Order: sequence, then C-alpha cells, then structure tokens
Amino acid sequence: MSADQQKDTPEQAEFRAHAQAWLAENTPEPPTVRLPQSPLEIMTTDQLSYLQAWQKSAYDAGLVGCDYPVEVGGGGRQNCQRIANEEMRRARTPFMPNVIGLGMAAPTVFYHAQEELKQRLLPKLFSGEDIWCQGFSEPGAGSDLASVQTFAERKGDKWVINGHKVWTSLAHFAEWMILLLRTDKSVKHDGLSYFVVPIKSALGKGVTVRPLIKITGETGFNEVIFEDLEVDDSYRLDELGKGWQVAMTTLAHERGAGELVTPSSGGMKSESTHNTSAMALIDLARRTARNGATAAEDPLVRDQIMQQLIREQGLAENNRRGRVTELLDHPMRLALQNKLLMSEIMQDSAGIAMDIEGAAASLYLGDGSAPDGGQWPMAYMNSFGFTIAAGTSEVQRNILGERVLGMAKSK
Amino acid sequence: MTQPDNFGFTEEAALLKDSARKLLAEKFTADVLHGMVAGDPTPERGPALHWDEALWAQMQELGWGLLAVPEAQGGVGMPLVAVAGLCEELGRAAFPCPLLPTLSASYLLGAAGAGGEAPLEAIAEGATASLAVSDANGSWDLAQTPVECIDGKLNGTACFVQDIGKVSHLLVCARNGDTTGLYWLAVDAPGVDVQADAIVDLSRDQGRVVFAGVEAMQVCADASAAFARAMPAIWTLYAADMVGAGEWQLQTTVDYANQRQQFDRPLGFFQAVKHQLVDVMVDIDRAKSLVYSAACAWDTEPEEAARYAHMAQSAASDMAASASSRSVQCHGGIGFTWECFVHLFFKRQKHSQMLWGDGPWHRARLASIVMG
Ligand SMILES: Cc1cc2nc3c(=O)[nH]c(=O)nc-3n(C[C@H](O)[C@H](O)[C@H](O)COP(=O)(O)OP(=O)(O)OC[C@H]3O[C@@H](n4cnc5c(N)ncnc54)[C@H](O)[C@@H]3O)c2cc1C
Repeated sequence: MSADQQKDTPEQAEFRAHAQAWLAENTPEPPTVRLPQSPLEIMTTDQLSYLQAWQKSAYDAGLVGCDYPVEVGGGGRQNCQRIANEEMRRARTPFMPNVIGLGMAAPTVFYHAQEELKQRLLPKLFSGEDIWCQGFSEPGAGSDLASVQTFAERKGDKWVINGHKVWTSLAHFAEWMILLLRTDKSVKHDGLSYFVVPIKSALGKGVTVRPLIKITGETGFNEVIFEDLEVDDSYRLDELGKGWQVAMTTLAHERGAGELVTPSSGGMKSESTHNTSAMALIDLARRTARNGATAAEDPLVRDQIMQQLIREQGLAENNRRGRVTELLDHPMRLALQNKLLMSEIMQDSAGIAMDIEGAAASLYLGDGSAPDGGQWPMAYMNSFGFTIAAGTSEVQRNILGERVLGMAKSK
Repeated sequence: MTQPDNFGFTEEAALLKDSARKLLAEKFTADVLHGMVAGDPTPERGPALHWDEALWAQMQELGWGLLAVPEAQGGVGMPLVAVAGLCEELGRAAFPCPLLPTLSASYLLGAAGAGGEAPLEAIAEGATASLAVSDANGSWDLAQTPVECIDGKLNGTACFVQDIGKVSHLLVCARNGDTTGLYWLAVDAPGVDVQADAIVDLSRDQGRVVFAGVEAMQVCADASAAFARAMPAIWTLYAADMVGAGEWQLQTTVDYANQRQQFDRPLGFFQAVKHQLVDVMVDIDRAKSLVYSAACAWDTEPEEAARYAHMAQSAASDMAASASSRSVQCHGGIGFTWECFVHLFFKRQKHSQMLWGDGPWHRARLASIVMG
C-alpha cells in the first residue's frame, strides 16, 4: 500500500479505488497523430479531438472537477482531485486539452459568477466540450497586467468591447474567453472589470482570431481583436471595477497557489510526447558518444544530470512539505515557488540535453537522424513559453520577494 | 514509496524543534555568540575554545544529547526526522556545542550492534563524543583510516576531529589487519594527545588526535556495515545544520535589505538585491525539503537512505555557499566588517560545506547509485 493511500479518509480511499479500477480499463491507446509537448501547443483538430475525447471520458468517470459541487457539474467530493491527479499520473494518461478552462476559468467562474452562470458554464468546461481561453495580455500590457486598454463601453444592459489581446493560447479552438478589460479610463486597477465572453459564436461578428507562429514553428496562440463586440451585462463576473480582484483569483490558480486543485495531465510517455526529466537525460547520455566513451561516463555530464535530479526531487519534496504545516514558516512560501522552479528546471534540462547531443542538437523534427526525433531542441525552445507565460520568472521573483520576504514593491 | 507523507514528523518532533528555537532565540542571540567567540580577530589567533557550558548542561538535562540513543540503552530513540529538526535550530543559532558530533557517534554506535551498547549507555548518562575517522586529506574512507590497532593498542593521527575540546570521548576508526574496526575511549586516556587546530569557523573547535599505543575498547572488528548505515544520518544532520544557518542568513539579510536605504529606497526594492535573496530562499527550501526526505528515508527505508542523503548534502552544501556569499555581499561594506554578525555564519557554513563532502562529491556518489 502506498503512503498516499495510508492517509486517505474512507471516502478518499473509495474514490482512489474507483479511479484505479477505471484507469486500468480506460487509459487510452497512444494516438496516431503527433501530440504536442503541452496543451499550449495544440494546433490541429486531430490532436484536439483525441485529447478532448480523453477529457470527456475522464470527466464522465468522475476524475475531473471532483471537488466542485454537484450543482455546477462537479463530483461534490472533498480533496479528491489530488487523488485523481496522482492516479492519472501513475497511469500515464494523456494531458487534458482544456488547460486554461480547468486551471484558470473554472475557479474564477466558481468564485465570482452568479449561480445560474456557473451552472450553465462549468459542466461543459469540465467535460472539455467547451474549450476556454484567457484574454489578459495585450501588446502594451504583459507583466504590467493592470494597464490593459481593451475597453468596454456601457450601452443599457449591454457592453460594447473594442481592443486587442495577444498571445491568447487556444483561442483558435475556444468557445469562451475569460476577459480582463477596462471600464473606466480614469483609474488604473479600479478601472478594470472581468467578463466571460462567448467568442466562437462571435467570430466574424466583432471578434477576429489570428494565429501567431511560435519560435518552434508551431501555432497554438493567437491575437484576438474586438471590434464593437456586444456582450450582455450578465456575463460580468463580480462587481463593476472589481476586475483586478477577480484576476487575482485567476492568477493564483494559474501559478499553482490557488485552493482548487486543477485536474492535471497524466504525463503519458510515448513516441509522440516528450519528457524532460533527469531520467530522460540519463537515457540520452547513455545513447550519446563523446570522446570515445558515452556521455553518461563524462564526470561533468554526470554532475549536471545529478543537479537536475536533485532539483526535481527537491521540488517534489517541497510539494510534500507544503502539506506539513509544522514545517512551514509562511503559508505561501512554497506554493509560490512552484511555477518558477518547474519552468526553470525544464529549461535547464532541455539545455543540458542539447549540450549532450552536441552537433546533433542542430537536427530538428523534419530530420530522420535527429536524436529523439528532434524533441530536445523543441523542448528547449518551448521551455521559454513557461518561463514567460503566467508571469515571467522575473515577475515571480518579485512576487516572492514582496509577498513572502516582505521586501519593498518594485514597479 | 513507503514513506509517510508528513516525513514522519510528529507533534512531539514539532514540540522539540519549537522549544529549541525558543530557548536559543531567548538565550543565544547572534550578539551573545559574537560576544562569546569573536574576541580575538587577529588572523594568527591560534586555536580557541569558547562555549557556554552551563547552557549546554541545560540542554543535556532536556535530553538533547541522548536523542539518538535507543531506549534500550537509556536514551530516547527519536526518529532522525525529529533530530534533524533540532539540528536545524542549532544551526540557526550557530550554537557552539558537541551535539552534532555526539549524535554522529550515537548513530555509528547504534549501527555497530552489540558492541555499541556500553558506549551508548555512557552517552545516555551524559558522555559526549566525537568521531576520529578522517585522515590528513579529510578522507573518511575506511580503507585509508589513519589509525591502526596493533596488539589491541591504537597508533596514528586522526584529523579534523569536530568539537574535540568539548567532548569527553572519542569513537575511532582503526585498521586491524584486513578490516577496520571501531574503538571507544575517553579523550583523557593515557597516550592520547590532542592538538587543537586554528580554524576559520569561530563557532566550533577542531583538532587532530595523536594516538601513541592507546588502550581502547573495541566496539566492533569490522565497521564497514555500521559506517554504511550511519553515514547518511550524519550527512543529514550536518545538512540540517546548514539549512538552519541558511535561514538565519536569509532572515538577517532580508531585514537589512528592508531597513537600509540607498537611492531613496530600501535595498530590497532593487531587483538586483531582491532576486538574489529570493534565489537564496529557493535554495534553502530545496535543501530543507530534501533534508526531511533524507531523514525520513533513513527512518523508513534504510536501503534508500544514501541516495536521499547525497541529495540533501549536495543541496545544503551548495545553498550554504550561496547564502553565505549573498549575505555578505548584500550587507555591503558593513558585511565585510568583523563587528557585523554575518561573518560568524559565513564561516560556520564554509566549515560545514566541506566537512563531510561538498556538492560535487555527493553528486558523484549519487551518480554511481543512479547511473552505475
Ligand atoms: C506560450 C505562451 C502562452 C501565453 N498564453 C497566454 C494566454 O493564453 N493568455 C494571455 O492573456 N496571455 C498569454 N501569454 C502572455 C504572457 O502572459 C505574457 O507574455 C507575460 O505576462 C509577459 O508579458 P510580456 O510578454 O508583455 O513581456 P514584458 O512584460 O514586456 O517583459 C519583457 C521582459 O522584461 C521583464 N520584465 C517586465 N517587467 C518587469 C519587472 N517589473 N521587473 C523585472 N523584469 C520585468 C520580463 O520578465 C521579461 O523578461 C502567453 C505567453 C506565452 C509565451
């Protein structure tokens, strides 16, 4: 019996048993299409439908949204999402495509929307039927999120929206968008309001989604232009002028410090997906020649890989310690480190892999002799998506310094 | 995984850690430490021994010295995870005392089997001890043990013996024919000559011990198994000490960064300062989490203990280096003075960092476990 299991309440134990039994029967076969390295790079409908089918079946089995109330389409359970995630990870299931919906939109809607809106939106969000996207960033407002300019003007009980969002992941598939915009130009933070907006139904009628190409050559994010889009006031979350507070709920969950656990990916390992763990580095080093031996025998390579292994294990142990209150000096200290550490570990691992490959790291996906199919250079490039998106590493360090260590706010 | 989610860190362990923190915060602040150990700044100052024996006696009364002695020998037999929590607090205060060496000896004796019982009983009754196992290069490899046992008598010189001026006993590794055994004796036994080292760290003392035909009690004839079992515990304790000292360095430096004004702002406003201190926090947290997992592994799955202890020591040792350099640098000119307390911790960390293998050494060992 695993240690996770020993601590389960009877209800959790029963849920875990259910999850294990279901996953043993229902973990999907690897897809025939090449899957992207993360949900942020889903480009084609083939990729999407494979992943969407998986999310739907996991939802039907009760493994998604389990800690939300039944009335909004959840499982009505207590602290079970973590268990579902553990079991999905163990079963190496594929990741869920509705990553922004599950991670950011769901908790925000849950904490800030009217009851009726919750009941209407959340079930299809959990099942993956409705993909969601996040319209926060603008060409002129990234790290300085509170300076967004996309403007909504009141017209009776409607709002008319004009503006330009950018780097909007998954907007090309999204039914709905969570949207931070300005309703008052005379004040900064207090001039913001927060909406949920149906964008797919408005394509060509006030909304334009244009794909942007990433440094990897993939698509997956977009710019979104609003031209006189009319939306109903009932789509506003929380009070007028309280958009910044609502956005804080979104950001806390986006950065892994929110209360509602996000249904997570399984970390499936197959030829079509890629993992950048230290174990994958060891595997690569054993297959790579250098100076008449394998890279795995080179003391410098060994040291670098062990540093990565220790960082990974340290992160896992941080997460474990984060649940032992007696061993915490500040409630958010570890939770707020998570995103920073994870993204930088991934980046450094991929960088080390490219050093190990040497000249062969120049070969990309389209080259038949590329080691691991060219996945490492792609992972290295993609890793910058994670150190930039959801608050750059620099901004994360600001937040940690200010909120945890109590240092003066940088502008 | 068979490890408990909470590292096996019980309420009792939390109480021990908490009370140690309070006691030290009250009685042994950094200015007390400075007043006690920093009297002579001259580089040629020579060996010194400064400590608060009365406060240590109070800790002995609380039973800290016998935490690692099994109940059967009159001790408390606490799990390593609880003991590590205590050592973290000791490190936070850089408290000069023979606890770490005594605990180290206790773990080695406990791993040695039947022969270790009598010395453990002595520790339970208040004896303190240090390990005499390293050669002049700092190696504690059993094959290179610097002491030899001939006709039941010890000869040779053990180096880098920790807190030698504070302990009553020694646990010695000595070659005996084809194997290396463990021996127990009082520091004041005839034929033992202690030569104190002049060291950088002001919060500890250290020395070399010359054995010239010394009678000692044999604990076991072959120490290899006991060593393999005990070293991960010893690494974990010193790593815990570094984590605690790192917390002091971080807290003190953050306080300074919040209070010192330059360019009309507190230093911490500037990201060149803020980000460095965040990175120190990240390093500390990683090392701390790994220390608890190493202790928990030692308590619950001993076959995995070395792997986790290498990770903890490597992380702690690297963190000690970064916390030290950042604490002095961020204090600016003041940080470079003898009066400012940060040098005390800077020096203790340097000492700990290299004592039982530095980061690269532990990673090389880890690599042989993981990669072959
Ligand atoms: C893969 C990917 C997916 C994304 N998906 C979405 C999405 O779905 N929805 C969405 O709304 N946005 C999305 N974004 C946008 C993302 O949130 C922004 O790119 C990010 O917040 C940074 O803003 P910026 O690009 O304007 O960079 P800038 O803010 O211009 O920053 C440029 C550089 O300056 C540094 N910098 C900026 N301010 C400071 C400061 N105060 N202190 C120190 N350094 C600073 C940054 O760290 C960075 O290194 C995505 C981005 C990426 C890369």
